[in-house]
Amino acid sequence: MTLTREGVAYRVACDLPEGSYVNLGVGIPTLIPTFLPAEKEIFVHSENGILGVGPYAEPGAEDPDLVNATKEYITLLKGASVFDHALSFTMIRGGHITHSVIGAMEVAANGDLANWRVPGEKVPGVGGAMDLAFGIHNLYVAMTHVNNKGAPKILNKCTFPLTAPRCVRRIYTDIALIEITPDGLVLREVAPGLDAKAVQAKTEAPLRVADDCRDMDVPAEFHGIRLRA
Amino acid sequence: MIDKTVATCSEAVAKVFDGATIMVGGFGSPGIPSMLVEALRKQGAKNLVVISNNAGSDDWGLGGLIQDGRVRKLVASFPNSPGADAFKDLYMKGEIELELVPQGTLIERIRAGGAGIGGFYTPTGVGTELAAGKETRVINGREQVLESPLYADFTLIKAYRGDRLGNLTYRLAMRNFNPIMATAADVVIAEVDELVPVGTLGLEEIHTPGIFVDAVVKVERHPRLFEPQRARRAKK
Repeated sequence: MTLTREGVAYRVACDLPEGSYVNLGVGIPTLIPTFLPAEKEIFVHSENGILGVGPYAEPGAEDPDLVNATKEYITLLKGASVFDHALSFTMIRGGHITHSVIGAMEVAANGDLANWRVPGEKVPGVGGAMDLAFGIHNLYVAMTHVNNKGAPKILNKCTFPLTAPRCVRRIYTDIALIEITPDGLVLREVAPGLDAKAVQAKTEAPLRVADDCRDMDVPAEFHGIRLRA
Repeated sequence: MIDKTVATCSEAVAKVFDGATIMVGGFGSPGIPSMLVEALRKQGAKNLVVISNNAGSDDWGLGGLIQDGRVRKLVASFPNSPGADAFKDLYMKGEIELELVPQGTLIERIRAGGAGIGGFYTPTGVGTELAAGKETRVINGREQVLESPLYADFTLIKAYRGDRLGNLTYRLAMRNFNPIMATAADVVIAEVDELVPVGTLGLEEIHTPGIFVDAVVKVERHPRLFEPQRARRAKK
């Protein structure tokens, strides 16, 4: 089985500790807040100057002056704060935001990240991607394991322009949890029903299987399609 | 008596000249000085260099100014956001120049410009194409790239409330680039939702002290500013 996008988001959410300050990128990471357990106090940061992002605003109850970094209308949690862009990027670049979960087009075995520009893309935009990748210690990627053509996104070397070199710590995908270590990629978890061989077949860079490698613990409702052997 | 209030947006932007560099605040719709930008469209200055996080959206505000062919160059971090079609069209035709800057570097360059700082080193971008050709040095064991300050002839910002001294306060996420851009131009023009008597704004709620501001105009909000359907789309 692969995990659904919600399943990947759920799995990341399980690893965010109480007291963490988390920046969430576009793509699968936007689904994470739904799965943050209520008993853990976790503050979600939005680069436009918000710490303590709450759920989306209900239709009709949107505040015109309150959007997140993807311009969606949101609410704030108790204890939230608002501030200007310089302070917001002080939190990012200065390493005060403890975790960032972002999407990626490619990740290399050494932690190089490419998530801002496809070669040949006509109009480029970078936003805060580089500041996050350079500034935040626990940089996690949440993405599909292969691209929409079925080709691996975890490579020996990135082919797209880099967002930052050697910055990714962990990769959460629909079939695996992979840790990036100085000695290369370590396979920590595989989606239920798959094995290390199946993950390696969809990964260009070599994987070392952790001694305690196990099934990803994700509720059955987030199990997606069954992969052909 | 100091009185920085100006009756209309067109009066406020009257002195913008051809070739001027202009900062425009805002992120998403909060804090976008759309009425000032619309007045600038009518005013006619051209060949402008605009410093703004985005390239506006659709055919109004900054998107409209770009669509009218009035912007020679854009300095931005995310000019390809949904709706920024005017910029995308001109860029693909080679009719507008782009200086792409990582968002944190963009705000810090503006902060440096306003604070009288001659530049700074940051790790952001080292080893990527956005730092290509720039001076680097190793500081505290980490390679960093030298970035230059940004300063403008005019800054256009939006605040929630202001007084005749130019003191400004912002609601919620309206602050974003605005208070920093307010420090980094020769002439700083603010549109406000409410103009209040001096002494009304609480001391601790003044985010932009009046010293930075040259003109304050009370406006009605641009009708396109609030687009709640986006949130609904996102929920699906």
